Amino acid sequence: MHAEFGHYLLYLALFLSIALSVFPMLGTFTKQDVFVATAKPLTILLFFAMLASYICLAYAFLIDDFSIKYVAQHSNSLLPDRYKMSAVWGAHEGSLLLWVLILSGWMFAVAFLGTNLPKLNYARVLSVLGMIAFGFTSFLLFTSNPFERTLPFFPIDGADLNPLLQDFGLIIHPPLLYMGYVGFAVSFAFAISALIEGEWNATWARWTRPWTIAAWSSLTLGVMLGSWWAYYELGWGGWWFWDPSENASLLPWLSGTALMHSLAVTDKRDSFKGWTLALSLTTFSLSLLGTFLIRSGVLTSVHSFANDPERGRYLLIFLAIVIGASLLLFSFRASKVKTKADFSETSKDMFLLMNNILFISLTFIVFFGTLYPMIAEAFGRKLSVGAPYFNMLFPYPVAILAILVGIGPLLNWKHHDFSKLKPILLRVGIISLVISLLSVWLAGEFYGWVFVGLFLALWISLLHLYGLSKVTRNGKNWLDKVKKIKPAFLGMVIAHLGVGVMIVGIVITSYYSVEKDLRMTVGDVQEIAGYRFEMMSSQDSSKENYQGTMVTFKVFKGDEMILTMSPEKRYYLAGKQLMTEAAIDYTLFRDLYLALGESLDATGNTWSVRIYVKPFIRWIWLGAIFMGFGGLISITDKRYKNLKAKGLKDRDLKLELKPNKINETA
Amino acid sequence: MAMKPHRKKRLLIILGSVFGVAAIVGLVLYASEQQMNLFYTPTEMASGIAPTDRVLRIGGLVKEGSVKRSESTLLTTFIVTDLAEDVTVTYDKIMPDLFREGQGVVAMGKLNDQGVFVASSVLAKHDEEYKAPEVLDALERAGHPVDKESK
Repeated sequence: MHAEFGHYLLYLALFLSIALSVFPMLGTFTKQDVFVATAKPLTILLFFAMLASYICLAYAFLIDDFSIKYVAQHSNSLLPDRYKMSAVWGAHEGSLLLWVLILSGWMFAVAFLGTNLPKLNYARVLSVLGMIAFGFTSFLLFTSNPFERTLPFFPIDGADLNPLLQDFGLIIHPPLLYMGYVGFAVSFAFAISALIEGEWNATWARWTRPWTIAAWSSLTLGVMLGSWWAYYELGWGGWWFWDPSENASLLPWLSGTALMHSLAVTDKRDSFKGWTLALSLTTFSLSLLGTFLIRSGVLTSVHSFANDPERGRYLLIFLAIVIGASLLLFSFRASKVKTKADFSETSKDMFLLMNNILFISLTFIVFFGTLYPMIAEAFGRKLSVGAPYFNMLFPYPVAILAILVGIGPLLNWKHHDFSKLKPILLRVGIISLVISLLSVWLAGEFYGWVFVGLFLALWISLLHLYGLSKVTRNGKNWLDKVKKIKPAFLGMVIAHLGVGVMIVGIVITSYYSVEKDLRMTVGDVQEIAGYRFEMMSSQDSSKENYQGTMVTFKVFKGDEMILTMSPEKRYYLAGKQLMTEAAIDYTLFRDLYLALGESLDATGNTWSVRIYVKPFIRWIWLGAIFMGFGGLISITDKRYKNLKAKGLKDRDLKLELKPNKINETA
Repeated sequence: MAMKPHRKKRLLIILGSVFGVAAIVGLVLYASEQQMNLFYTPTEMASGIAPTDRVLRIGGLVKEGSVKRSESTLLTTFIVTDLAEDVTVTYDKIMPDLFREGQGVVAMGKLNDQGVFVASSVLAKHDEEYKAPEVLDALERAGHPVDKESK
């Protein structure tokens, strides 16, 4: 029953999304209050229909209803309950259901938190979101129905969840990533609404800002979790592979970062308007492109669950409609956007403009590197663009960005007398230079990029601490000082410090990691980066659902044994899959990473072994966590609340709706 | 006629952007030309058209009985075939889990003067049922298409 009910609810959601796309939007044109007023109830109903449908599928997983094809393919009666719950989004159909659920969740939030929006704007935004919901719900229903039955011959037990996905990181990676992807739909809807209206001002940006930052923060954490998961679960010990499926999430992140910063200018200075609108449209389009790349089977990775050309075609058409419609709307309306550009070369405006140019360049670099092989293949040329391309192009714009991010927050809007800033920049520059030079000198091996990276991290951190000290300068006591720090400012400082932390992690890991692939037999000893690894024994570690071998190593530092590590190799019986369970010992300053390759002799005592010593790798993810939480802190700022109370002079607010015509005649 | 200051500024911004865009596009094209890895089938590689001075990719099947391992190191030698021509590949790192004789494989590396492909990475994908498109393509071009239904 629950399957039919869940399926029925999806149809209900589809009809609700059609109604939401049509009626409120119609109402905003005909100025009929009844139609405009449908936006909120329709959105609420849509959300609950999605939620109930999702619960139906989750329930089917929980009670092992293998008469549903999706459950039978991706779950198993032996799977622990928490993995049954995450198995709901363990493959294409269910993750798409989660996607639309999260979309309707954002819509629900807009419906409740956006009540201080001008009435027509509110209706239009929800209506545009309704159209996106329609696109994805119909995609779900017509190409990827998760409630499809296997009747009459359903299996006694399920095929099991891919063991790669039976993992904590994977429980929260997709929801966070989708929160980010889908969250950009909100700023997209705001932009479309503003373009339809043909009038926008700084308040439009202020409304969009917290939504965009929230989406960006989720995406940041989602991407970070993906990187962390790949590191410990795939057994290759890398944190970023420039794999197209990774790039697919990096693209909206990069342009979303540009958007977030350009929104700040539009909010505070009422300029960059056309540019901000364009970025809103671009960022969501890149989210859709990412979805297309990952879900269509164009790429082959752990993400592409099934290669169904039908799905790819549908998504491509959807993508084309969204991009086409937004471009058309933009080209008709953008000429109306009047932007004044009255700022000097040394102003916050200018620095944010450069931020945008650099982030868009990075977006373009990733976009080209990711799509070029696919386009070339369409022309019969097979090639791949690997990590060297990205590693060659990425560092320079990032280094310039890091220099700018130190200075930008200290500047005034419009114009800043640079001579006042020079002394502090000079001092911080010299201190950073000395410390970073000293550090690389102490490390023994000199690498240019490590020096540059350390310098930049110090530069960013010290200048932000200086910024903090400037804000709190007039506080009478400690508590008073803290009170002077506004959440928006604190969030920015934390996020920017995160950039510094991440840069340190990246340069040190990249240059000082020691990675060895070795052939080792029980009794062998290897000395790597000051650690001694002794291979002790190899024993059977099979469980009911896999055959496994565990090899135990003793790790010495100097003469002292510090720990034992036991990497494993598993062969999962249900899915016939080999899995590498790496053994990782971590501190804030270094990871020891052991993974097994394959058994090289019949006795099982000789193995190919991966031994990595990776200093500072945790700092990469730590930096991303700083950024994500910095974003979340900044949206708690008072300035995003009570927008109406601030004395809006929006034409829309004063606009009286015409009385309902039907009422008039009646 | 002298330009008004704001006109001059606008012109500078436009010129700057044009130059900036051109520089980025140029860099991207240069880097992608430098760093892209062209794909060759074993037949193409055996015919000698593949360059020896840059990183390439090769795809095909691991020939049955061709895998030879060193007794003391991780060095492995095997033959990649598209059932028409063979290319010898050497690799001294950990083989991917799904590396098997008779299975599809994609390797990246350089071709040396003796016609041996020295791999820097070897790829066999996650799924045992799966054959990389490069492998299917190489087999098809060599006249041995794999029935996609039966894979």
